[in-house]
Amino acid sequence: MQQLNLLLTSLPDGILLGFVYGLAAMGLTLIWGVMNVINLSHGPIIALGMFGTFFLFSRLGLNPYLGLIPVAVVGLLLGILIYAVAVHRVINAPHLSSLLATFSVNMIIIGLGTAVLTTSPYNVDFSAGGFKLGSATILGTRLIAALVAMLFTGGLYLFLYRTRPGKFIRAVANNRTAAELMGIPSTRVLALSFGLGTMLAMVSGALIATFFPFSILAGGSYELKSFVIGVLGGLGNPIGALFGGLVLGMLEGIIPAFLETSWVPVIEFALFVVILLVRPSGLFGAKQ
Amino acid sequence: MKTWQRYNGIIIPILVVAGLILWPTITGKAANRESIFTILKAVALASSLNILLGYTGYVSFGHIVFYGFGGYVGLFLLTEKEWSLWSAMLAGGLASAILAFLLGKAILRLRGAYFALATIGINEAMKAFVNNFELFGGPTGITLNFSVYKAYGGAADALQLSFYVAAGLALLALLISYFVRVSKFGLGLLAIRENEDAAEVMGVVAPNAKTWAYVLSALIPGMMGVLFFFKNGNVEPHDAFPLHASIELLVMVMLGGQGTVLGPILGAFAYQGMRGFLVTSSFFKDIQLSVSGALLLMIVLFIPAGAIGWLRQRVPVFRRVLA
Repeated sequence: MQQLNLLLTSLPDGILLGFVYGLAAMGLTLIWGVMNVINLSHGPIIALGMFGTFFLFSRLGLNPYLGLIPVAVVGLLLGILIYAVAVHRVINAPHLSSLLATFSVNMIIIGLGTAVLTTSPYNVDFSAGGFKLGSATILGTRLIAALVAMLFTGGLYLFLYRTRPGKFIRAVANNRTAAELMGIPSTRVLALSFGLGTMLAMVSGALIATFFPFSILAGGSYELKSFVIGVLGGLGNPIGALFGGLVLGMLEGIIPAFLETSWVPVIEFALFVVILLVRPSGLFGAKQ
Repeated sequence: MKTWQRYNGIIIPILVVAGLILWPTITGKAANRESIFTILKAVALASSLNILLGYTGYVSFGHIVFYGFGGYVGLFLLTEKEWSLWSAMLAGGLASAILAFLLGKAILRLRGAYFALATIGINEAMKAFVNNFELFGGPTGITLNFSVYKAYGGAADALQLSFYVAAGLALLALLISYFVRVSKFGLGLLAIRENEDAAEVMGVVAPNAKTWAYVLSALIPGMMGVLFFFKNGNVEPHDAFPLHASIELLVMVMLGGQGTVLGPILGAFAYQGMRGFLVTSSFFKDIQLSVSGALLLMIVLFIPAGAIGWLRQRVPVFRRVLA
């Protein structure tokens, strides 16, 4: 009975968090799907999003949800910059090259971030109220974050399936050579996809900052979660990432009711390896 | 061709490592011994990783898991079962090799980035598991009783001894790396790297060859883990399975030249040397990570074959001299 109570209090929280995790993972899996690059600078970019909220809200007094707009724009531009500097030359090289190229971006961001912001924790003192749902308290910030994550997912879906650039992205993801033969400017499309991926990462970071403390190193654990979610939902399937995020969020809500919280990562990563082995296309089966 | 020239591939690396080992004695500074110890450790780990990464072409992002796991097994035996350092090291290495064998049977079926992701997952799962595993001391880890060092003539002598054992392990890693490279088994691995399907058609039993390459690349890191944490005096989950250390190993192998015997040695030396310089320099110390990152990016973008690979491509003489 006590366990059930615990479950009822932690599960809604886990589900709401799951949407935000899903948003972060969507950025990673979009980049993977389009150009077969695992973006190891994903974590620090999430952390940059967190600091985006911090500076816009705590220093300039801008509402964190309005602040998402400049954060998203900066994320898009930053992604295009990273693509041009670090990724474009190694896009056709073996996996090790692109992994190390994005990892060196990771090192550069963390190094500069540590020098400027130190590694001590920051937090954003923002509250959007809350309400009781049975025995559970739902925080307003988490509810809004989940809604924003859904909004972005819907937006991404519409962009990919209803607009011309989105169709270009899907065409390049499907077969880059054929897309080029059809006159699609593949370099620009790749840069745009990388930009969108980092934009999603930064927005998720900006949302996470409204309810968790963070430091420049905080992105690392969300990057690892994004890997797990990406594999759960099928790598390269951005919409699947949202479901993967939900599964992970629910796991984080359910496991603490039965085991100590410290077992959560053991189960997460074991599940991750097992799914890679058994169903590399993800639980929901990507098209590949 | 004179007979000794045929063995240039092993003579030059051995001379380099021997020079490293003798350096503290030549300069007579104890501080040098510590920095050389770090370099020897890096040489041993990078050479081991090279068997999988350079020869077989499989990118292991979590190779440090074998170092941490071996270290844990070794320290557990040292404290709980009061084994000697030698048998603990052997057991740590074997434990890592067995772990690699079992893991390899499962995850070496994955190719490319999927394999890299799986190794990250395994490292993180192992870290989280050890954190909860009471036998290994959970989050606080295992601390050696100071009296353990008595059997080796006190703490100071144990440090000295650790240095020579590390030197021995580095040389052993080098020999394994060389003999794999020149053997028929190694040729099979190189074939897998170039094209796994074609290699299988030509009669390389790829699943077995890959598994044994994985096992060989896990053995020395396991032993090195025991030695390092013996010298360190304690082991904690956070120190034993640092993901960034895995990636540093990849950087070393890339820097020197993957798939060569000498490359990882030079890479380890250059990387550790550069890091030591950046951390201590007053100008770079705050942004040392950024500077390393920028250098890494340059190497990946412009010299992807690494120093030795580049020399071999450009200067034909080196193709005979450097293996």
